[in-house]
Amino acid sequence: MNFLHNLEVALNGLRANKMRSFLTMLGIIIGVAAVIIMISLGQGASKRITSQIASMGSNLLLVFPGAGQGPVRGASGNVNSLTLEDAEAIAGLSMVAHVAPELPASGTLSYGSQTWTARVVGTTPEMQVIKDWPVSAGSFFSGDDVRSAAMVAVLGKTVVDNLFLPGTNPVGSTIRINKLPFTVVGVLSAKGASMGGQDQDDVVYIPVSAAQKRLLGVNHVGLINVQAETPESMAFVQSSIESLLRERHRLTGSSSDDFSVRNLTSVLEAAENTTAIMTLLLASVAAVSLLVGGIGTMNIMLVSVTERTREIGLRMAVGATESNIRNQFLVEALVLCLIGGVMGIFVGIAGSRVISKAFGWPAYVTLSSILLSAGFSAAVGIFFGYYPARRAAGLDPIEALRFER
Amino acid sequence: MAGKPAIVLENITKIYHMGETRVIALKGINLTVQEGEMVAIMGPSGSGKSTLLNILGCLDRPTGGTYYLGGEDVSRLNKNQLALVRNKKIGFVFQSFNLLGRFPVLANVQLPLVYAGVGKKEMEERAKEALDWVGMSRYVHHYPGQLSGGQQQRVAIARALVNDPSIILADEPTGALDSRTSIEIISVIQRLNMEKGITVVMVTHEKDIALYCRRLVNMRDGCILSDAPVENPGNASDDLAAIPEEMGVPA
Ligand SMILES: Nc1ncnc2c1ncn2[C@@H]1O[C@H](COP(=O)(O)OP(=O)(O)O)[C@@H](O)[C@H]1O
Ligand SMILES: [Mg+2]
Repeated sequence: MNFLHNLEVALNGLRANKMRSFLTMLGIIIGVAAVIIMISLGQGASKRITSQIASMGSNLLLVFPGAGQGPVRGASGNVNSLTLEDAEAIAGLSMVAHVAPELPASGTLSYGSQTWTARVVGTTPEMQVIKDWPVSAGSFFSGDDVRSAAMVAVLGKTVVDNLFLPGTNPVGSTIRINKLPFTVVGVLSAKGASMGGQDQDDVVYIPVSAAQKRLLGVNHVGLINVQAETPESMAFVQSSIESLLRERHRLTGSSSDDFSVRNLTSVLEAAENTTAIMTLLLASVAAVSLLVGGIGTMNIMLVSVTERTREIGLRMAVGATESNIRNQFLVEALVLCLIGGVMGIFVGIAGSRVISKAFGWPAYVTLSSILLSAGFSAAVGIFFGYYPARRAAGLDPIEALRFER
Repeated sequence: MAGKPAIVLENITKIYHMGETRVIALKGINLTVQEGEMVAIMGPSGSGKSTLLNILGCLDRPTGGTYYLGGEDVSRLNKNQLALVRNKKIGFVFQSFNLLGRFPVLANVQLPLVYAGVGKKEMEERAKEALDWVGMSRYVHHYPGQLSGGQQQRVAIARALVNDPSIILADEPTGALDSRTSIEIISVIQRLNMEKGITVVMVTHEKDIALYCRRLVNMRDGCILSDAPVENPGNASDDLAAIPEEMGVPA
């Protein structure tokens, strides 16, 4: 009952001073919108990383040839140190779920008069399992194809788009890779861009044996993907691989590794943590602007209390208690902040979309960020409305009735 | 109409402290007002009339003495209890009307009922009834700023009576009005007193207004100087009929 009255009085007050109310709300609107935009951009970034981890394969260890810390440094070392037999031996280790070697060979593709340059990767069918990558047509090549070094290929979506006319089914066609004929046995479903912005669909998978013998004439592989059974077993698997390969490569005592094992998932997880911290920082800065909006609200509420001193005195004279008066001004501050908050939510959602479109950053507006900022603006309303409301409630009715503007 | 006392003041004092100096605004007031009386309080400026009225209205507490309102000692109540007493038992009429300009007439009259916790429908009914009683039912949806002074004071009287108070306190209710309108307002207050039996205590500095009351209390320097019944108190409605309507508008 009294709450409804307070609400009516509050709305009446806001209407009576439209411009002032709007300017006060603007502080809250900007604050709430900033919080939502910052959180949604942060969420977008972290979602992108999460999907990277998923698309790369979970619990994944990469074994690179050469000492050093990755493919770049490894390339300058002994690049021929890893073989298919190493991969098979790793597959025999405990807690290892899947192993897929990779031998990259960039190649010129042609079909009819169309040509295209793409990443050509020699691998095994396990690759599809590790990447959890379904085909949209045909099937991935088989273990038999690997054993027989069959001239077959599985194409990524981008390759299909660039070699074939729209609507044609490439399965069964023969394309040429560096002039050699390969029969298309499958087409992979679209996966999109990787974290580095690289098009993951711009790829051709062929049996690793065919890549070694027919395309490149080599015996090594470029790297080995190893999927551990569980996240917890990754450290164990990593050290098992290290000791296995040292043994297989006859490395003893102080001689250094001619390979390196990297846990890319943990690298990405670190990136995810960094993103989370960035999000938190940005949201805090945004929250400060909400705080400033709250101070603006307090200022206007104090003005409002002074302006309505006589009204307060009159209300007290006809029977309003201190808590009646206090609640009236609290509700008014709350209404101010909540209306600002709701408008801020809409501005925030729209702003996230616009920024996302304009800069190509992914943005995810989450329910939690909306609830958070709505709750925060309500808290701001109560916190900054409390002091002016207390001041109104503490007025002496006689003084208040005598008050001259 | 003499019966139970509506107001009993026993040795009421009020002292204001202003830094080092003390202002003794009331110096031991003894006053009994019976239910249904209509009392005028007169006296020079600074004699303590408003201070007395504020204590009677439970807007302020006396420094010393005891105040019985309808038999209940209200001189030691806390702020919340005083607010309740004001809401249930007292109606105020001010010199400057004190209507809320942001709200229409109806909402202004409903205000005491809001704090009495009366439901919305009943609130509206009772406010309309009160406005009807003061002859303002045509102005329910007007805003105070659209009304003349006399009309605003009628609305204020409707607000004062809407919660059925036992006493109505008026501090110079005609102070801001011309003489004809003053008598109009006094006639409403007289009706309030005679038809509804509400006890009225009214501060005024105009002798002819005071003579419409049935009892006249004179104050000076925080004391009651004289307290006597008015012989042949005027009847404002009759007097009003005798005064020609302004601008020659036929009555
Ligand atoms: N709040 C106050 N603080 C200090 N002195 C006051 C206050 N209110 C009234 N007074 C003093 O008390 C005396 C009585 O004032 P008041 O009751 O307003 O007189 P009246 O209404 O008869 O003119 C005056 O001397 C006035 O200055
Ligand atoms: Mg006075």
